[in-house]
Amino acid sequence: MIWNPAETMNRSEMAALQLTRLQETVSRVYERVAFYRDRMDAIGLKPSDIKSLKDIEKIPFTVKNDLRDHYPTGMFAEDTRAIVRYHASSGTTGKPIIVGYTRNDMAVWTDCCARLAAAAGVTADDVCQVAFGYGMFTGGFGLHYGLEHLGAAVIPHSSGNSERQLMFMQDLGTTVLIATPSYALHLSEIMAEQGIAPEDLKLRVGLFGGEGHTPEMRRLIEMRLGITDTQNYGLTEITGPGVSYECLAFEGMHINEDHFYPEIIDPVTGETLPEGEEGELVLTTLTKEGIPMLRYRTKDITRLNYEPCSCGRTLVRMDLVRGRSDDMMVIRGVNVFPSQIEAVLMTIHGIGPHYQIIVTTEHFMDQIEVQVELVDASRLESYRELEDLTHEIRHKIRTVLQIDVRVKLLSPQTLERTAGKAKRVIDLRTKAF
Amino acid sequence: MLVTQISVFLENKSGRLAEVTRTLREAGVDIRALVIADTTEYGILRMIVDQPVKAQEVLTNQGFTVSSTHVIAIAIPNLPGQLDVALEILSEGSISVDYLYAYIGRVTDDAVVIIRVQNPQLALEKLEKSAIRVLSTQEVYGI
Repeated sequence: MIWNPAETMNRSEMAALQLTRLQETVSRVYERVAFYRDRMDAIGLKPSDIKSLKDIEKIPFTVKNDLRDHYPTGMFAEDTRAIVRYHASSGTTGKPIIVGYTRNDMAVWTDCCARLAAAAGVTADDVCQVAFGYGMFTGGFGLHYGLEHLGAAVIPHSSGNSERQLMFMQDLGTTVLIATPSYALHLSEIMAEQGIAPEDLKLRVGLFGGEGHTPEMRRLIEMRLGITDTQNYGLTEITGPGVSYECLAFEGMHINEDHFYPEIIDPVTGETLPEGEEGELVLTTLTKEGIPMLRYRTKDITRLNYEPCSCGRTLVRMDLVRGRSDDMMVIRGVNVFPSQIEAVLMTIHGIGPHYQIIVTTEHFMDQIEVQVELVDASRLESYRELEDLTHEIRHKIRTVLQIDVRVKLLSPQTLERTAGKAKRVIDLRTKAF
Repeated sequence: MLVTQISVFLENKSGRLAEVTRTLREAGVDIRALVIADTTEYGILRMIVDQPVKAQEVLTNQGFTVSSTHVIAIAIPNLPGQLDVALEILSEGSISVDYLYAYIGRVTDDAVVIIRVQNPQLALEKLEKSAIRVLSTQEVYGI
């Protein structure tokens, strides 16, 4: 179902709306936020220089560190009186990032989250269990407000306590699960342990976000939970969830571009790339009052598709995020993301889910070694079987990535386990300067 | 009679083999025969031990990738041409040998040959019908 008529606006109407809103935003931040004014003054850029959407390219980028440098509220365009809500990013490194919402920002955010749920087929008849954390994290509250706005029943369970989570799912007949994909997989493991089959639950749809997941992981979730897995995308700096979302055509995530203007740039040169090319997503908020963002570099790698979708929406679509520019490797000139290697490894039987990628220089050439743990003991019958396994991995990686890698089999439990983000890539290349 | 053999995956890293032998020593498992072949990256250690079930359990608990498989143990006189007699029998039965290893027993003068074949049951039948002495589990463990 299409929630808001803005989702089906034609391209020229949308562009006109975006330009008006962009001009208003630039004027507003120039007046109210010293950070933007100083940077525009430094290059002699005036709000009146923004005459077309293309002129956005004249505006300098904003990065995460700018927000840290102006912690806590240095980049706000409104004072406390106008702010009705604060949220913060998880700050895994250093101070968190604080964002503030005005009453109107809350209304926009809520509407964007309602669009997201409606696009996944959620209606007022659904019972939605939010297993995202509530609190400073945007995930829980964002979806909560959006789903309530849509008229669905919300169970604000928050994250964790899987046994109780499953109890409510059974007793209240939960039909929609809101979670990170990894938590969804974790829940499916608890279900198996407790002997709960997918048929014992009424779950039919998952609204997953907060992290990306590979198509292989999606198939696993759909099979184990018996649901349709839909993905959505957002980031605290822009608004939280509700920036973009999949519809049931599953051909990319529609960006709410009446509120968030997308561009794709070359992550190395910063140049804007032609339509359809893959690069780093840059977002500009078009209606945000509390903390507007001009050309915020998301570090997420994707591609934009302006073709209208078979679902009826005309909103531009972005591909599922392919990786982050900060973990992109350039191997002999080819861009490689650990997630691509992971996707290949997930399809191979006989090895464990953990892996590590070691990049070195040999004879002035980049070399990749992929280390995986051998778990299938039946392959110990002959060397040929072990060699077949390493050949299979090499061959599949070559097919998908066009690069040759070396595969090293390790004993189980050899690779380091971490509770947080795993260190997947070790780059030992000698840098030539 | 088929004899149980234990295979262990070993990375080519110093100390890995010692970890296996230490684990078995602590469990009181006696190694009767052992062979290891290696490539540049890894090796497979194959062993005949007196308590195969226990050996597999303690090694698995230590995080090793371990499998057990059935092999045939035969005793052949320690004289020229005797291994050939045994292999001819398998060859006539079109049974292919994956690998074998041999050692001299300490009780008799016979050589003990451990053979892994594609079709162990069939190989066993053929060998038992011949003059070749096929060793029992007890005999092998008592080597």
